[in-house]
Amino acid sequence: MTRTNVALLVLIAGVAALPLFGGAYALRLGTIACMYAVLALSWNIVGGLAGYPSFATAAFFGFGAYATGVLLGKGAPLAVSVMFSLIASFILAAALGAVLLRLRGHYFAIASLSLVEVLRELVNNATDLTGGGMGLNIPLASGSGILADAMFFFYAMWGLLLATALVVIAVMGSKLGFGLACIRQNENASNMIGLNANLYKSIAFGLSACFVGAAGGVYAAWVHYIDPSDVFDILYSVKPIVMALMGGLGSPFGVVCGAFLYLGLEELVWRNYIQIHSGVLGVLIVMLLLFLPHGLTSLRARMFWGRARHV
Amino acid sequence: MSEILRLSQVSRHFGGLQALREVTIAVNKGEVLGLIGPNGAGKTTLVNTVCGVTPASSGAIIFDGHDITGLKTYQTARKGLSRTFQIVQPFADFSALDNVAAAALFSQSGNSLGAAREQAHAHLDFVGLGAQANQSAATLTLAMRKRLELAKALAMKPKLLFLDEVNAGLNSAEVERATRLIHQLAADGITIVMIEHLMKVVLNVCTRIAVLHNGQLIADGQPRDVIRNSSVVDAYLGQQYAQRNAARG
Amino acid sequence: MLAVQVLVNALVLGCLYACIAIGFSLVWGVLNVINLIHGSFIVLGAYLAWAAYQWFSIAPWYSLAIAAPLFFGLGYFLQRVVLNRVITAPVLVTLTLTFGLDLILNNAMIYYFKADYRKLTLNPPMGSVSILDVVVPVDRLMATGLALALTGLLYLLLRRSRVGRAIVAVRLDRDAAVLMGVDVKSIYAVAFGLGAALAGCAGVLMSLIFPISPLTSTAFLGKAFVVCVLGGLGSVSGAIAGGLLLALVEGVGSTLFGPAHATTLSFGLLIVFLVLRPQGLVGRKGFE
Repeated sequence: MTRTNVALLVLIAGVAALPLFGGAYALRLGTIACMYAVLALSWNIVGGLAGYPSFATAAFFGFGAYATGVLLGKGAPLAVSVMFSLIASFILAAALGAVLLRLRGHYFAIASLSLVEVLRELVNNATDLTGGGMGLNIPLASGSGILADAMFFFYAMWGLLLATALVVIAVMGSKLGFGLACIRQNENASNMIGLNANLYKSIAFGLSACFVGAAGGVYAAWVHYIDPSDVFDILYSVKPIVMALMGGLGSPFGVVCGAFLYLGLEELVWRNYIQIHSGVLGVLIVMLLLFLPHGLTSLRARMFWGRARHV
Repeated sequence: MSEILRLSQVSRHFGGLQALREVTIAVNKGEVLGLIGPNGAGKTTLVNTVCGVTPASSGAIIFDGHDITGLKTYQTARKGLSRTFQIVQPFADFSALDNVAAAALFSQSGNSLGAAREQAHAHLDFVGLGAQANQSAATLTLAMRKRLELAKALAMKPKLLFLDEVNAGLNSAEVERATRLIHQLAADGITIVMIEHLMKVVLNVCTRIAVLHNGQLIADGQPRDVIRNSSVVDAYLGQQYAQRNAARG
Repeated sequence: MLAVQVLVNALVLGCLYACIAIGFSLVWGVLNVINLIHGSFIVLGAYLAWAAYQWFSIAPWYSLAIAAPLFFGLGYFLQRVVLNRVITAPVLVTLTLTFGLDLILNNAMIYYFKADYRKLTLNPPMGSVSILDVVVPVDRLMATGLALALTGLLYLLLRRSRVGRAIVAVRLDRDAAVLMGVDVKSIYAVAFGLGAALAGCAGVLMSLIFPISPLTSTAFLGKAFVVCVLGGLGSVSGAIAGGLLLALVEGVGSTLFGPAHATTLSFGLLIVFLVLRPQGLVGRKGFE
């Protein structure tokens, strides 16, 4: 267990104490913070560890949201529905990954981006099941009172964050993590030493999707109403990348810090500049990429810029 | 001597280009086979085809009793085939130790990372990189990287090792060192197929030579005989070399 | 006859698609940058045409002459000042960067123009022509004609002019171009400027046919993506081939399955092509 991993777990444990210090607003913020951290940590598996720039996060977020939403609508308990989202997302991603991860660089990025579009349109058109463009109303799944509700969902998302973090830490210390690092540095050489790169990449893609899907499920239950353009929003793909870049690719602790920092900035901007908040987000992204490409924890900088060529 | 690798009528074409034409050759256990020929003759393609980097367009490849035609790269690696690259392919961010440990870890089942790292030390010592174990691969010199490549290939405990121009870019002292390593490997019983342009090394180390030209095998036999073969002289060695050689007797 | 009408519609739409995509394709092929601002450039061009007509009664075909240099300048500036800093970075960085820039531009447009849809209605309206049972609106026809003209102009530019040859050289082999003495940084800026100019002009043409709103920028971008992957990057013929194929698939698909599935079909086709034939109908492998 490396020092930064310990720091990560301490941070997450600290977040658990949030309800002691705040009311409904703090709980809402905390829930989103945990959700963002789950998305960023998950993306890091395929984007940071394996080196494949995936823009598919929104696809699985939306998929998970709708899977849970539909099941809840049919009367299934929350835990079962979210678990289903988790498992189904893993299987879907692993299967799609086997095909899509054969692509490299730009083509993979585009393909993963298109996945979001395709899934959104499929959900849009499956009106009988999902309510299509009119959205899906999701029945209340837990106790009474706003605060109790908020507390429940905060801990649900927090629990998911803890699970994600533990899995990520386990992966990074395992043969899988070592293999992904090999693939990131040199995929051909990885195959040559007997590593089944396609299998590892598929598993990584699956892992990067399952907690995202579960997060989508919890989100859907929390907000009680979702529609395709809301959950299949491309921003759910881009924000985790920005968070990971802010925190420093590859380091789970850095990525989670990046997620929390990003949320802080987002809230600040939303409260003060609501009309131009997406513009400000854009400026943030541009500034970050131009001036701080190594993220705030610049430990893994070399890894990130490794394949740059010079004009 | 028993056969360890047999290619039967193996061909490989890329669109209109015929890179290998019905190559039939057998490699015996414990041999050091030199694979020579002009640039573009198909030597690296042959290695790539056997290892599964590119599939053969036709023909069969039998390795150690198994039909490996069409197997993927990672599968042939696990069966005991190992190779070095002409242009070295290290894991640039990893230390030399982790580079070799990776090779040990994934080529054999049932290994743990810790055990692989221990094995890696031994292989690094063998190629003379023991002191650089914790250095990042990106900071090693070319000669060291070539030796690292060799250490990685050895960590896979290969039954047959392909060496693709291990001496390219090395000065004469480094070449000497590399040649001594290869002698040691041959003495340890590993079958070696080496693609090489330095005839001095080939004649020093190889027990047999095969010559490729335009994708075809044009000669195959004892080194002394092959270098005197007129088609080999025409295609590759050149008259000057032949005359110098004849003078030496 | 329905089949012929569908075919003609596809032909007309295909040329428009090609025009939308050609700037995007050029930038991707030459700079290796996926320019996510492209859609917003198109919308901005449409606004320009609308404003020119609304306030100064300048017809869209004349607006082209205004849009081209303006957008070229904008693109040139953007590349030189912002994008050039990350030109050697992996796709993750460039894609996210252009995404950020697009957020800024799009937000600015929503802020100033508001999100409501505007329509450029020509006064007097141009009506439609009917040849042998096939109906084509005249404004669409004009737009198609101009789109083809623009594409043809670009083709000539790339083939005949010094700058054009340099651009193609950089696209084929950047390092070799450097060795040949091409000022690659400057070529990048020119190519990006050209891409922006083409987007702006495409926007002017779109204003004749489609309603204008910042919300449509992602739709245009999506079309550009698909056309590029279907047809192949960095070439005029690729854009035309891709545009025609996409329009045909959408037209036939719409007729058979209904218009709601058109977008799904096009993106599904994109993924199929990416997996089976990433270089597109016309393109050569290896320009990723």
